[in-house]
Amino acid sequence: MEVSEAYRDARDPFERSLSESNLFPLLSEGISVFQMNMGRVCNLSCRHCHVGAGPGRTESMPPRIVDECLRVIERQGYPTLDITGGAPEMNGNYRRLIESAVSLGVSVKTRTNLTILVEDGYRDLPAFFAFNRVEVVASLPYFSSETTDRQRGAGVFNASIEALRALNSVGYGVEGSGLKLFLVYNPCGAFLPPSQRAIEADFRRELKKKFGVSFTGLFTITNMPVGRFLDFLNLSGNFVSYMERLKSSYNPEAAANVMCRNTISVAWDGSLYDCDFNQMLGLKCASGVPDHIRDFDHERLSVRRIVTGLHCYGCTAGAGSSCTGAVVK
Amino acid sequence: METYYNPEDLQKFSTISEGAPLLWKKFSEWYGAVFAEGALTEREKALIALAVAHAVQCPYCIDAYTQACLEKGSNKEQMTEAVHVAAAIKGGAALVHGVQMKNAADKVGM
Repeated sequence: MEVSEAYRDARDPFERSLSESNLFPLLSEGISVFQMNMGRVCNLSCRHCHVGAGPGRTESMPPRIVDECLRVIERQGYPTLDITGGAPEMNGNYRRLIESAVSLGVSVKTRTNLTILVEDGYRDLPAFFAFNRVEVVASLPYFSSETTDRQRGAGVFNASIEALRALNSVGYGVEGSGLKLFLVYNPCGAFLPPSQRAIEADFRRELKKKFGVSFTGLFTITNMPVGRFLDFLNLSGNFVSYMERLKSSYNPEAAANVMCRNTISVAWDGSLYDCDFNQMLGLKCASGVPDHIRDFDHERLSVRRIVTGLHCYGCTAGAGSSCTGAVVK
Repeated sequence: METYYNPEDLQKFSTISEGAPLLWKKFSEWYGAVFAEGALTEREKALIALAVAHAVQCPYCIDAYTQACLEKGSNKEQMTEAVHVAAAIKGGAALVHGVQMKNAADKVGM
């Protein structure tokens, strides 16, 4: 697409960055990851949460939307289901969703804040995950309580270690078991994550030495200027400098590999988005393509234009950021 | 209130090239090579830079290398120890010159 100089100058800065790296307009390259956000209910209220999730929220995916999603997954044969939230475990349809997806031959991964796994009513989930060969992606911002609790709340680190030990006990993160346990690091503040390889080595060493915990791998995720993290940026006076840091770290290679190009994100109410961040910003899929699961059209969605904004500098900074960590290895 | 240092000036560092662009270019290339991974990791170099920043008391460098250390995966415990290293060298350097003081006092004393 040719763009006039006048339009280029008037455009959103991120579109300009894409254009300068020959990526504008950013298009989907097909759908291989079907991501479902089961709602904003959570047992925690983390300070960096882009969802703004917490115990006081009520948004929760109803059974009919879960059923619609399963019908789409089966019809299209999507290989991967990625479950997120809030705390997706707290949705009453969570276990049924996993069992149904597994029965369709879908590879299921679930995101977890870990602490929910040691609460009454959820302690059997590690065994449930293992039985269904679910890939577990667990948030753990650091290997110390001081940093983790500052971001996620008092007692979170200790509860996380207890949960990790429970997961290890059923085989997760244990070599040879085939049960994958990934940890997610995100910075406890307004700075970019370190090299994924370097911080993974730190986590592996410290968690093993101090707590006897093992895991499969680690993902680094950049904090996005959305939700509570945006609130933190504004309240702490870090917004401008953080956005400048993200923008000046724009990496065309990361932009070419952003996760929205192979993912579709379904919200708790069935609305469709390019990613979880667009979901929280209310930026539905581009006009002209279906925006609700009931109208799902794989052919149109798999070639759609991705809706972008300034927040997209978060996923394209440095080594890039995605639900599976750095995109530039 | 007027101050000698403005944090915003750190972002204008490259404007120093206006007086001598070729020298700036050489400096930039060398600077980038210094901080690249080598026998020392990027994190180790950032911690050294942080310590030196405190030793020479450059507020721009302290700001920049605090950020850099965090982005290389360091933490406040490591960074505080690095500051202590700087303090120990600065303090030690002062103290060891006290030997010169003793020598000078002994020379003129009876």
